[in-house]
Amino acid sequence: MSGWEAVIGIETHVELQTESKMFCGCPVRFGAEPNTTVCPVCLGLPGALPVPNEEAIERILRIGAAFECTLVEGSLFHRKNYFYPDLPKNYQITQYDLPFCIDGHLDIEADGEEVRVGITRVHMEEDTGKSIHGSETGRIHDAEYSLLDFNRSGVPLVEIVSEPDIRTPEQARAYAAELQRVVRSLGVSDARLEEGSVRFDANISVRRAGDDFGTRAEVKNMNSLRSLQRAIAYEIDRQIALIESGSEVVQETRHWDEGSGKTSSMRSKEESEDYRYFQEPDLVPLHVDQTWRDRVFAGLPELPAVRRHRIAATGVDRQAAAVMVEAGDLADLFDEAVSLGSEARTVGNWLSGDVVAYLRRNETTLADTHLQAEHLQELAVMVGEGALSSTAAKDVLARVLAGEGSPRAIAEQHDLLQISDTGALEAEVEAVLADNPDVLAKLQSGDLKPIGFLVGQVMRATGGKADPKVVSELIRNKATAG
Amino acid sequence: MSDLADLTVSEAASSIRRGEATSLEITNAVIARAGVTESHLHAYLTFDQDAARAAAQAADAALAAGDDGGLFHGIPIALKDNMTTRGTETTAGSKILSGYVPPYNATVVRRLQDRHAVILGKTNLDEFAMGSSTENSAYGPTRNPWDTDRVPGGSSGGSAAAVAVGSALAALGSDTGGSIRQPASLCGIVGVKPTYGLVSRYGLIAFASSLDQIGPFARTVGDTAALLEVIVGHDIHDATSYRGDVPPISTALETGVAGMRIGVVKELSGEGIDDEVAAACRAMYEKLAAAGAEVTEVSLPASETALSAYYLIAPAEASANLARFDGVRYGLRVDGDTTEEMMARTRAEGFGPEVARRILLGTYALSAGYYDAFYGQAQKVRTLVRRDFAAAYEKVDVLVSPTSPTTAFPIGERTADPLSMYYADVCTIASNLAGDPSGSIPIALDSAALPIGFQIMAPALHEEQLFRVAAEVERLAEFRQRPELATSEVRPA
Amino acid sequence: MPVDIDIAKVARLARLALSPEKLAEYDSQLQDILEHAERVGALPTEGVPPTSHPLPMTNAFRPDEVKASLDRDEVLEQAPERAGEYFRVPRILGES
Repeated sequence: MSGWEAVIGIETHVELQTESKMFCGCPVRFGAEPNTTVCPVCLGLPGALPVPNEEAIERILRIGAAFECTLVEGSLFHRKNYFYPDLPKNYQITQYDLPFCIDGHLDIEADGEEVRVGITRVHMEEDTGKSIHGSETGRIHDAEYSLLDFNRSGVPLVEIVSEPDIRTPEQARAYAAELQRVVRSLGVSDARLEEGSVRFDANISVRRAGDDFGTRAEVKNMNSLRSLQRAIAYEIDRQIALIESGSEVVQETRHWDEGSGKTSSMRSKEESEDYRYFQEPDLVPLHVDQTWRDRVFAGLPELPAVRRHRIAATGVDRQAAAVMVEAGDLADLFDEAVSLGSEARTVGNWLSGDVVAYLRRNETTLADTHLQAEHLQELAVMVGEGALSSTAAKDVLARVLAGEGSPRAIAEQHDLLQISDTGALEAEVEAVLADNPDVLAKLQSGDLKPIGFLVGQVMRATGGKADPKVVSELIRNKATAG
Repeated sequence: MSDLADLTVSEAASSIRRGEATSLEITNAVIARAGVTESHLHAYLTFDQDAARAAAQAADAALAAGDDGGLFHGIPIALKDNMTTRGTETTAGSKILSGYVPPYNATVVRRLQDRHAVILGKTNLDEFAMGSSTENSAYGPTRNPWDTDRVPGGSSGGSAAAVAVGSALAALGSDTGGSIRQPASLCGIVGVKPTYGLVSRYGLIAFASSLDQIGPFARTVGDTAALLEVIVGHDIHDATSYRGDVPPISTALETGVAGMRIGVVKELSGEGIDDEVAAACRAMYEKLAAAGAEVTEVSLPASETALSAYYLIAPAEASANLARFDGVRYGLRVDGDTTEEMMARTRAEGFGPEVARRILLGTYALSAGYYDAFYGQAQKVRTLVRRDFAAAYEKVDVLVSPTSPTTAFPIGERTADPLSMYYADVCTIASNLAGDPSGSIPIALDSAALPIGFQIMAPALHEEQLFRVAAEVERLAEFRQRPELATSEVRPA
Repeated sequence: MPVDIDIAKVARLARLALSPEKLAEYDSQLQDILEHAERVGALPTEGVPPTSHPLPMTNAFRPDEVKASLDRDEVLEQAPERAGEYFRVPRILGES
C-alpha cells in the first residue's frame, strides 16, 4: 500500500455493570433466563417513564475523566427515533449535541511508536434488546422469523467516539486494548468482547498521502481484538484495490465475517436515516457542577499507563509490568506485596510468570486461588535468606496457589527448606573433602574447576537441601585456608 | 336529594362516618345510576361492578377496623382510560390497545387504592387523549349529559360526563391542552389541571410528555381540591415529578377574594368567543370585583401564537411517544411478511385518523430540514408564552377567562375540519405550555341550557390561589343545576 | 405559503402503511395545519432560548438499586405472538 494512508476512527460501546439498568430497577445480569429481567420501563409498556441511574452517570463521568475529557456542566438526554423490534419504545434515549464528556484523548503504543488518539465525545445511552434469528446461519438475511429477548434492553451503554487519528490496524488494536484496560481499571465494566460488554465499530477510509479524507465505510461485528485488526486490514486493502481499479468506495455499513475473513455490505437502507432527535421530555437537564467534576477527577484510580511506568521503574521487566497491569488484580497484589517490603523484581517475575501460567493451566482466576500478598512476602524473604532455592520457591508458590497453606509451612511439610546454616553444613563439607583428598589438592593448587563436583557431593549428602551458594563458599574457604 | 349518587364527595364521606350510609350503599347507588345513564352517554369503556362492590365492602371493613383513608375512603370514582390499571383492560380509547391488560398500576391508581377509594371503571376519551370532543374514541363517542346530541368535550369527556350525571362522585382526567378543563366546562362540573410535575405521570399513557398532567373532576370546588390532595406528591418513578414540598391546595377555600388582584386576559375576551359565553364571564368579573377583588385587564400577547406552537410541540412529542405501539409486545398486530410491514400495517390499522394525522404532523415537524422552522421555533414561542405569564403575574395574582370559546357543540360538527376542532383549546393551551395550574368552574347555562365554564389560571405551585378564587366563583355563581339525566325519572334508552 | 411535505416519506418514517388516497388526504390536511402553525415563525425569537420543560429542574436520579422485575408469563401473555420464552416477530429486513 505504498503511497496510501488509512484513516481510522473507532466507536466503542461499553456496557456498564451497574446493579440496575439505566432507567429502571431491573438487574444488569449477563446470562439470565430470557425476558426475566424486564419491567414496564425497559419493555416500553404504555405509561412507563425512565428515571436515570445516578451510579451510571457517576461512571460515565469517571470514564470521561480517565480520557482527560472536559466534563460538560449542562448536558441533556435526547430521543433518537427509529423503528426496530429490539428497541421497545422505538426510540433510544441517548445524548445528542450535549454529551457528558467531550475533547479527551488516549495515548497508545503500537509498533514501538507512541500515538495520541483524540476522543471526540463520551455519551450515555441505553442498550437494546437482543434478537435471535430463526435460521441455520443465525444471520438475519436467511431468517424466517426472529425471537426477542429484552433482558439487555435498558442496560447502561457508554459510547466512546474517537477522532480519526488512527492510521494502521495495529494502532487500532492497541487503541482498543488500551481502552479496555482503562475501562477495567475504573471498575465500571469488565469490557469483555466475547460477552458483548464492549463492542468496537471501525470507520475506515483511505487516501493518497496528503489528500483529503476519502469516503468511509463502517465495519461492524468484530468479536475479538484480533478480528478488529484483521477486519481493518482487509477493509483497507479492499478500498485501495477498489480505487486503484477505478471504482469508488461506497459510504455504507459492512459486516465482518470471521470465517471468510472478509467484510460484506449489509443491506443498504432505502434512504438516509432521519433520526428526528429531540430533547427527551420525560427527563430533566443534567447539571454537573464544579464540585462534582472535581470529585470525579480526584477519585480516579491510577490509570494503566501510569501504573505500567511506575511498576517498571521498580526494576520489574516492562513486559512483566504490562502483564500484571493488563490483569489488574495481579498488579494490585504486586503493589500490596511490595508495600509489605517484598523484593519487587522477584515478586513481579513470579506474578507475571508462574502465577499467570498457573491460572491459565488451571483455568482459574486469581481471586479463586488462595494467594495473598503476605504469602509473596514470606516467600521472597525465604528466598532472600537462602532458606529456599528459587526452584523450590516455584514449587512452594504453586502449592500456595492451590491452597495448601503458607509458604513456610509448605516448605517444612515437604522438606524443601535449604540448609544454609554454615555450622550445620561444615561437617558435611569436611566429610566430602576428607573422602576426596585428590580433588582438594587440585583446589589448593589453584584449579577451582572441580568445586562444582564437590558442591554436588555435598548436595547429594544433604538430600539436596543444602544451599549450594553457602556450600561453595565453605569449600572455597577450606581450600584457601588449607 | 334522596339518591346517594347525587351526594357530593364530602357529603358522602360524612354520611359514611355518621353511619347513615355505607360505601357499598353509595357504590350501589352509583352503579344503579350508571345503569340508567350509560345507555345514553357511553361515559365508560370498562365498568366493573363486581370489583367496585368488592372494593366498597373492603373499604367499609377497613373503616370499621379503624383504618380511615380520609375523605375519599369508600368513595366511588372513575379513571380516564389512559391510566394503567393492573389486571383491568386499558385502551387509551385506541383500537391498537384493544385487549391490553397492564401488569402494573399507575402511581395515581396506587395512591387512590391506598386511601381505599372505590374504582368503578375506566372512562371514554379521545384516542390517546387527542381531541376536544371524545368523538375520536375508537369505541364510539361519549355524549353530553345536558344534550345527548352534543359532545361532552374532550379528551376526558367520559370522566366529565360521568361526574356530571352521578355515575361517579369524582373522577380523574388528564390535560395536555385543555382535556380536563374544556370537558368540565361543557359538562357543567369543576375540573383542574394542576401545576406540571405536581402529580406523577407514571402509568399515564403519554400523549405529550412535557404538557400532560393528571387532574381531578368533581361537582364542587372543595371536592376537586380534596381529590387533588390525594394524588399529589413526589414520585421516584417520574423524573419530572416535583421534588419540593407539596404546596397548600385547599387551605384558602373560605378566604374570599377581597384584596386579590385578578387579571382578565384581554386576548381571550373578545373575538372568537361566543357572545353568551363572553357575557357570562363578564358578569362574573363584575361579581368578583364586587366581592372585593381588584379586577384589571391583562395582555398575554404571545398567547395568540400559543395554539400554533402547541400543535407543533404536542404532535412532535406524540410521534415518539406513540412509536412503541408496533405489534411486537402487546396490543393489536396486523400480520405482514416482514416485521417492517407488520409494524406499518398494525399502526395504520390500529390508529384512528386524528392520531395518525398528529403522528404525521409531529414526525414532519421533527424531521431534518424542518426542525428549526417548526419544532425549534415552537419551543421558543413557548418561552415567550412563559415570559408573558411571568410578566402578568407581576401585576396580578390570578388570570381569568372563559374555559371554552363556545358551549357544547353538536356531535359531528367539527370532525371533518381538524383546525376548527383545534380551536376549541384556544383558551386552555397557554397554561399547558407554561406548566401552570388552571381550572374550570361552571358559572351559568346559556340560552340552550348548556353549561358555561369559567377558567382561573395561577402561577406554578400556587394552587391555593386558584382554589381560593374558584371557591369564591362557586359561591357567586350559585350554579346548582344538574342535567336531566341525573334525575331518576329518566329510564334506560 | 404552501408548505413542502413529502408525505410518503413522512409516513415511512412514522411506520404507517397508508393507501395513496389516505396519503393525499393527510397531505392536504397537513398543509392546512402547517400553514397555521407557521405563525410561530412570525414572532421575534432572536436570542430566545427554547423551553423544553415547564419546571426548572435538574438532576432527577434514582439510586442504583435493583427492584422486582415483572413475571415473564404476565408479560408474554400480552404478546401478539409468543414463542416459548420469547416474543416472536416475522423476518426483519434491515439490520440495525
